[in-house]
Amino acid sequence: MTSSKWFVVLSAAVTLAIALAACGSSGDTTGSSGGGSVSGEIAGAGSTAQQAAQEAWIAEFENENSGVTISYDPVGSGGGREQFIAGGTAYAGSDAALSTEEGELEKAEKRCATGQLIEVPNYISPIAIIYNLPGVEELQLDPETLAKIFNQEITSWNDKAIAADNPGAELPETRITPVNRSDESGTTQNFTEYLSEVVPSVWGYEVSGDWPVKGGEAASGTSGVVEAVAAGEGAIGYADASQAGELGIAKIKVGKEYAEPTPEAAAKVLEESPLDKELSPGKYTIAYKLDRKTESQGTYPIVLTSYLIACTKYDSADEASAVKAYLEYVVSPEGQKLAAEQAGSAPLSPVLTSKVTPAIEAIEAG
Amino acid sequence: MSQVDTTTNAGQLLAAASGGRRRLGDRVFSRTAVVAAVTILALLAGVAIFLVSEGFPAFTASASELPGGKTFLDYVAPLAFGTVLASAIAAVVAVPLAIAAALFITHIAPPRIAGTLGYLVDLLAAIPSIIYGLWGIFVLGPAAVPVLKWLEEKLGWIPLFEGPASATGRTMLVAGIVLAVMILPIVSAIAREAFAQTPRKLTEGAQALGATRWEMIRMTVLPFGKSSVISGAMLGLGRALGETMAVTIILSVSGAVSFNLISQANPSTIAANIALDFPESSGLAINALIATGLVLFAITLVTNMAARAVIARQNHE
Repeated sequence: MTSSKWFVVLSAAVTLAIALAACGSSGDTTGSSGGGSVSGEIAGAGSTAQQAAQEAWIAEFENENSGVTISYDPVGSGGGREQFIAGGTAYAGSDAALSTEEGELEKAEKRCATGQLIEVPNYISPIAIIYNLPGVEELQLDPETLAKIFNQEITSWNDKAIAADNPGAELPETRITPVNRSDESGTTQNFTEYLSEVVPSVWGYEVSGDWPVKGGEAASGTSGVVEAVAAGEGAIGYADASQAGELGIAKIKVGKEYAEPTPEAAAKVLEESPLDKELSPGKYTIAYKLDRKTESQGTYPIVLTSYLIACTKYDSADEASAVKAYLEYVVSPEGQKLAAEQAGSAPLSPVLTSKVTPAIEAIEAG
Repeated sequence: MSQVDTTTNAGQLLAAASGGRRRLGDRVFSRTAVVAAVTILALLAGVAIFLVSEGFPAFTASASELPGGKTFLDYVAPLAFGTVLASAIAAVVAVPLAIAAALFITHIAPPRIAGTLGYLVDLLAAIPSIIYGLWGIFVLGPAAVPVLKWLEEKLGWIPLFEGPASATGRTMLVAGIVLAVMILPIVSAIAREAFAQTPRKLTEGAQALGATRWEMIRMTVLPFGKSSVISGAMLGLGRALGETMAVTIILSVSGAVSFNLISQANPSTIAANIALDFPESSGLAINALIATGLVLFAITLVTNMAARAVIARQNHE
């Protein structure tokens, strides 16, 4: 008896909910056709590196489109990919492209069953080598010396190898304290990837988000590394270029020149890199195989590339149009400029924008 | 034990007086108490079941599937070592300090100062652990750098101070000291309560026999409060074992298992490692982290049981 009663109540509630939803969506359609704006609620999650940029984008986008509520949960890249695959979020931000390990890429394609998977770079951030060495205003390092400093082969600032990169500089005898991230991070992943690709003879560690060398100074988060380098005389570390603050930034040898981590140099290296065929199976998956070994002038190869992951088809028209409008804004020159201002990222170059935009324009309701 | 017996007797007497039936208030109270007790047990069991079921895949996984390509035992051992080492430093520093503070407050200081001081020590417990962490990296760490250098130069022959001294002060010693400050209030509060309850006839008797204040404390107050001090120390140790935020922020962790307390290479602790690695972990790596949580749970359980055993023996004597 009671169960049938419950059934009546439940079905009434469901009917009511559907009716309300229908009212809501019909109202929205008139709204969007009238004002050209979108509405609805969309959720994203993922990379902590993108957090500052996502917050800026969301604030600005919601400002322009008052009917939309967007949330971005910085749970980390792995968590973001997992939630996206499970269908919990509409889009994800990830410091690494979806991998073929554990069938991640396939699962993501399955999640977008009716449509196609979208994966495009949306956030490029140069990683700066920061140091604290009073009296040394400028520091130049070649990749081999850099790797030897971070694997603790070179332990003193007046080492011959450093002197050779810096003719004329007065280097003190101070002990070098290499600082690395103690938490797992995309910054570490990209920095170690650079070292292992450019100087594999010195850097024989497996690439991962966990720092591989034992015995260095370790600090949590970008801010922790910056703080540790600032606090320790003779310290050197790696962090998002935008967070370097007052600290010295080392120039890294690329080809014959020494390059600085500027936004332009970071975007250029991506532009010149080939696609990773294995990780870019579809029309709208653009995963780069970063050319870290580049010798081309004006590039800075120690960069973090973060991706947007989404689908071309969403169940409701509202969700599809909101996701589309938001992601279009993210990769647009205005959105990229905002991220550069607020988060210190390198804006996508026009060439990259032209490759990325068609993928996002493909989003539709289905 | 005897106390429990008297209350039951009194309850029976009351029950008998009210005509063999227990009154409503009694029944409500006893039911509520039972529900509360069962809830606590159920929560504990729930946590244990969660840790075991979620951590289990990590126990059986092969080394290549786990983070760092190590077997689970190799993965958790340095973390367990770091956890115990940091907590041990904290206990070694905090317990004598806490006992001294408690003695001062209960038996030495004039009552007015004692009240304020007791309040201030308790206030230490109200400071959030993240604040301790920030204090550790911004104040205590940098301030400790010259001390660490001195330790390396003068006492470097002791393995604990082998060095090289850290340039930032974010070492095991500093983390241990911050933990010590964090557990100080709880250890001191329990010791204080116990010392304050030393029977007057004992303390006055000792002084009447011509004991100095120190002799009086040594012969009456300390023996009387011994078991409480031990249980307080164990409670403090429990907090130190599980402390996460402060250690995460302060300690420079690079996985090395060593007793060297002043270098930049320190073993991580279980709790700090979970906080550091959880955000970017997925799949089996999360199971491994939860499994380390189970190990921490076990360590804490063993510590508490050991404390109980020690106290039980004390009371027996």
